[in-house]
Amino acid sequence: MKLYCLSGHPTLPCNVLKFKSTTIMLDCGLDTTSVLNFLPLPLVHSSRLSKLPGWVSKDGTVNLEKELKECAGRVFVDSQPEFCLPERELLDLSTIDVILISNYHCMMALPYITEHTGFTGTVYATEPTLQIGRLLMEELVNFMERVPKAQSATCWKNKEIQRMLPGPLKDAVDVWTWKRSYSMQEVNSALSKVQLVGYSQKVELFGAVQISPLSSGYSLGSSNWIIQSHHEKVSYVSGSSLLTTHPQPMDQSSLKNSDVLILTGLTQMPTANPDGMLGEFCSNLAMTIRAGGNVLVPCYSSGVIYDLLECLYQFIESASLGTTPFYFISPVANSSLEFSQIFAEWLCHNKQTKVYLPEPPFPHAELIQTNKLKHYPSIHGDFSSEFRQPCVVFTGHPSLRFGDVVHFMELWGKSSLNTIIFTEPDFSYLDALAPYQPLAMKCVYCPIDTRLNFHQVSKLLKEVQPLHVVCPEQYTQPPLTQAHRSDLMLELQPPPMPYRRCSVLNLPFRRRYERVYILPELANSLVPSEIKPGISVATVSAVLHSKDNKHTLQSVPKPPPVPPSKKRKRVIEEPPVVLAPKPLLSGAVPLEAFLATLQKHGITEVKVEETADGHILHLQAEDTLIQLEEDGTHIVCDNNEPLRKGV
Amino acid sequence: MPEIKVTPLGAGQDVGRSCILVSIGGKNIMLDCGMHMGYNDDRRFPDFSYITQNGRLTDFLDCLIISHFHLDHCGALPYMSEMVGYDGPIYMTHPTKAICPILLEDFRKITVDKKGETNFFTSQMIKDCMKKVIPLNLHQTVQVDDELEIKAYYAGHVLGAAMVHIKVGSESVVYTGDYNMTPDRHLGAAWIDKCRPDILISESTYATTIRDSKRCRERDFLKKVHESIERGGKVLIPVFALGRAQELCILLETFWERMNLKAPIYFSTGLTEKANHYYKLFITWTNQKIRKTFVQRNMFEFKHIKAFDRSYADNPGPMVVFATPGMLHAGQSLQIFKKWAGNEKNMVIMPGYCVQGTIGHKILNGQRKLEMEGRATLDVKLQVEYMSFSAHADAKGIMQLIRMAEPRNMVLVHGEAVKMEFLKGKIEQEFSIDCYMPANGETVTVTTNPSVPVDISLNLLKREMALGGPLPDPKKPRTMHGTLIMKENSLKLVSSEQALKELGLNEHQLRFTCRVQLQDPHSDPDTLHRIYTHLKSVLKGYTIQHLPDGTVMVESIVIKVSSSAEDPNTKVLLLSWSYQDEDLGSFLSTLLKKGLPSGLC
Repeated sequence: MKLYCLSGHPTLPCNVLKFKSTTIMLDCGLDTTSVLNFLPLPLVHSSRLSKLPGWVSKDGTVNLEKELKECAGRVFVDSQPEFCLPERELLDLSTIDVILISNYHCMMALPYITEHTGFTGTVYATEPTLQIGRLLMEELVNFMERVPKAQSATCWKNKEIQRMLPGPLKDAVDVWTWKRSYSMQEVNSALSKVQLVGYSQKVELFGAVQISPLSSGYSLGSSNWIIQSHHEKVSYVSGSSLLTTHPQPMDQSSLKNSDVLILTGLTQMPTANPDGMLGEFCSNLAMTIRAGGNVLVPCYSSGVIYDLLECLYQFIESASLGTTPFYFISPVANSSLEFSQIFAEWLCHNKQTKVYLPEPPFPHAELIQTNKLKHYPSIHGDFSSEFRQPCVVFTGHPSLRFGDVVHFMELWGKSSLNTIIFTEPDFSYLDALAPYQPLAMKCVYCPIDTRLNFHQVSKLLKEVQPLHVVCPEQYTQPPLTQAHRSDLMLELQPPPMPYRRCSVLNLPFRRRYERVYILPELANSLVPSEIKPGISVATVSAVLHSKDNKHTLQSVPKPPPVPPSKKRKRVIEEPPVVLAPKPLLSGAVPLEAFLATLQKHGITEVKVEETADGHILHLQAEDTLIQLEEDGTHIVCDNNEPLRKGV
Repeated sequence: MPEIKVTPLGAGQDVGRSCILVSIGGKNIMLDCGMHMGYNDDRRFPDFSYITQNGRLTDFLDCLIISHFHLDHCGALPYMSEMVGYDGPIYMTHPTKAICPILLEDFRKITVDKKGETNFFTSQMIKDCMKKVIPLNLHQTVQVDDELEIKAYYAGHVLGAAMVHIKVGSESVVYTGDYNMTPDRHLGAAWIDKCRPDILISESTYATTIRDSKRCRERDFLKKVHESIERGGKVLIPVFALGRAQELCILLETFWERMNLKAPIYFSTGLTEKANHYYKLFITWTNQKIRKTFVQRNMFEFKHIKAFDRSYADNPGPMVVFATPGMLHAGQSLQIFKKWAGNEKNMVIMPGYCVQGTIGHKILNGQRKLEMEGRATLDVKLQVEYMSFSAHADAKGIMQLIRMAEPRNMVLVHGEAVKMEFLKGKIEQEFSIDCYMPANGETVTVTTNPSVPVDISLNLLKREMALGGPLPDPKKPRTMHGTLIMKENSLKLVSSEQALKELGLNEHQLRFTCRVQLQDPHSDPDTLHRIYTHLKSVLKGYTIQHLPDGTVMVESIVIKVSSSAEDPNTKVLLLSWSYQDEDLGSFLSTLLKKGLPSGLC
């Protein structure tokens, strides 16, 4: 059993598990942090961006003016943003049988894996994961395609040149494998391979293993996975949360008794308390609005935004923000808000009860009805005429490199009245802001990451008691910036097995048993004998049938007739093949009892001789010698008729 | 031999009051808990005293599963759980859990407030009962306890309708509830995987009907409504608030839009708004098309259909009214019917099945004079039309489901005996499986023959698979030997050597040695060789070796030759074998006693 690790990003994992005869990919995360190296894609022409100076090396030997631009001391690639894909060379992706998706953030690389690689398997995901994942992909494609960039920069990727570049560009890895966004056609094709599953549904894979998604409490339809056979159990824990937000609570007890637990997707903000951040978010928002400024919230169009809107729903009245317009701008804003209302089965108990009334589970329905929250597909069209300031705008992409957010950065960045509040934890806010420097607008960093923190995870592991834990190497040491915080790492006994991009781990597994089914006919013919109290034994002779990885034992069929021999007597007409299973013989034969048995059968003339190991019995009338020893009996005779009765 | 027992307390050779008991692997499960629309007395509810005379049902039932929200499947629920007494788990899907209490409350109001019955369940009881409900998701495997698991499948019939797969060990039963195998305007088709249950318990409402295509029926329906409107008549469509109503509303809404019709369409109030809201929130349970387009246009927001007020019934001119309930047995639909029955221009369209005893059933059977409460009679002059829109599987659909699930036995419920008889014959003929149709209180017992799951040691399995070669040879099956250890509750199959080691026992070697005297004038090695050739010719398919140390091995049986001291022509053969080879050894010794064939030189 092996684990191939294709992604180094701990919260956007992509691992491949080889278990029994199956090859299972666990998640398909797309590392989007690579886009931070690129220049933002403005929706309308930005003179500021187009005037940025090109980059020339200090000695003037390398001139990449066209590809690289400098802004406030940092160098950015002027090209369509590219993503860092999961490793594709470590193993043949066409051999993957199934892909298990744990939540919609961890499936963004799916089209790269399922298209153009020869992949012929099935993808398993829950319905909300599929639907919202589709929205996020659609949004991404839309962001990229509506501002096409003719230029595709490649010169900077040259190893020799990259070495001479400054800053983070120099250290970027595998830049040659970075890829542009996929097309909608590829998204549709990839998603057509998804098979929907429900929580706790048991799905058989080739009869060899059973997979089952469990509620993970992180987002709508998010799941952890159990991969098990009759005797081995692997748990795959990805983005999970124990906080009470909108999704169904995490199912912890089903993770118990795992041989191996693969742990990914812990919080990226171990020191930030989500509740505190939410409070800070609200107070900063209110302060800015009161001062007449605008608030910009770069965010994904599904997930934490539902909680933010719910929080604001309660906050608006008390903070007398009743007249402030809230805008949600995304090509999928409407769909995301609508979809969130129809997944009652996947929501926490409180929200489920609302649906029974029947009322929409999320209060943003009311915000929309009362016109407090308005949603638009983009800044073009209706929005430009209805837009009033000061206002609050939720829009993507949180990397600030593409999407409508770029426009608001250019629009509001120059005024110190305005505030940008970061809530998504995926990008460092300083890196995100770098190409907009110098910036006058206020920046507030309130990352809300509801995933498990180290304290919660060690409590969880104590409870579910896995034999072994596998996790990204980042979790086995404190964060680089807080090297003294030994509480920000996993400390376990036995220590967790760390992995990094391109690791291949041999999972410590001892498979000893497999399930077979004894057909009723055979089961009836078995003769168990009790050898110790509570322990019975029966010998089994049977024919093994293996089909679809299922094994059954059948009775031995009537054997083919032994070649006819004219000389054989009637008595031995029966073929000399084992018919009835012989009982297993064990232990020593007690002499006294044996003699008594012999006597019962009319054998009385027995001469007993003592030997070193036991006894020799001479049955004179039958001309037979029986040697009784500690672990064996040897019967020597001329005619073997009475033998069977002997023992 | 393990058995599965199925006993209908209701819906046995009958429609209404669905309630079926199943005993499987030591577990007792109740499927549905419905009321009978045709009765107003004790027969309205299932006879729970069948389960226990005294004492609470909780001690006798492991769980109760409700398939969908129709009252003939859940109407007795508060009575059972609160008045008879049941505290165990009750399972139903989310939409059923949402809608069921509303219909129960409606039912209670009609019975208690309008008819003045006492000794009926209260609103509080409905609430208490719903607290015991555990919601089910489609395809989720719910572990009721360590052994009993249930799984719900989409049934199509109404919003949230489910079929359930009940499994204990390797035995299983599928209960369909009511289902529909053809998608309609708002719901999808029922589906189940090839789960090969021991018993499939299926409804059989339309056991003898094979319905024409949906399109034709829809066209017919629209034509009749249109004609009636054209000649200024009023059309009454008695429906249940949820289900068919929504389908027909969608149908009429689009027709009105297309034909630009002006006649008003009304929907009797109360549930309408709410009902449509449920459809909007549970849109994942509707059909593919509605789900795909719901963001742009929600099919459950109607432009032409307005809320009905009692006074509208006397308005002049044509109109279409949807009114509840669907079988004309009480409430608004019955009131309107009484008003309109005297005019032959009017029409009533019954879009679903009507239970015996209801007015709906009577007029469908052509009765033209109805006895009403009091002594009044009502002359029925309006046109009576029947359009089977109720979403039950027809004979074709039932056969299709059998093909999908591949059950070993069939039990028919929720249908009329005569029709069942016909379908039973068809099923037995086409699938050659046993088909039963128990009456209420009658038990069907099916013996199952489950195979025994055992843990085999991987070493043994691998060794065996390696020896067997990559492909099994059906002509030459290999026999595998192993030892089964039964300890507490575990069954392990291991090789004999491992078994001894694990149990801390020494193997007891039992060997037999047999002397066989043979007259043979050849030298010892020659004799041995002759034996070798002889055995080779007799025992084909065995490994026979001639070893250099002067022995012949047949499998593991050793044969040695020595000359007798007195007579060099009398050879003494020593055959030695272990107990495991007893049969072969015994055969060999007998064979060799007969001497060697003289032809062998």
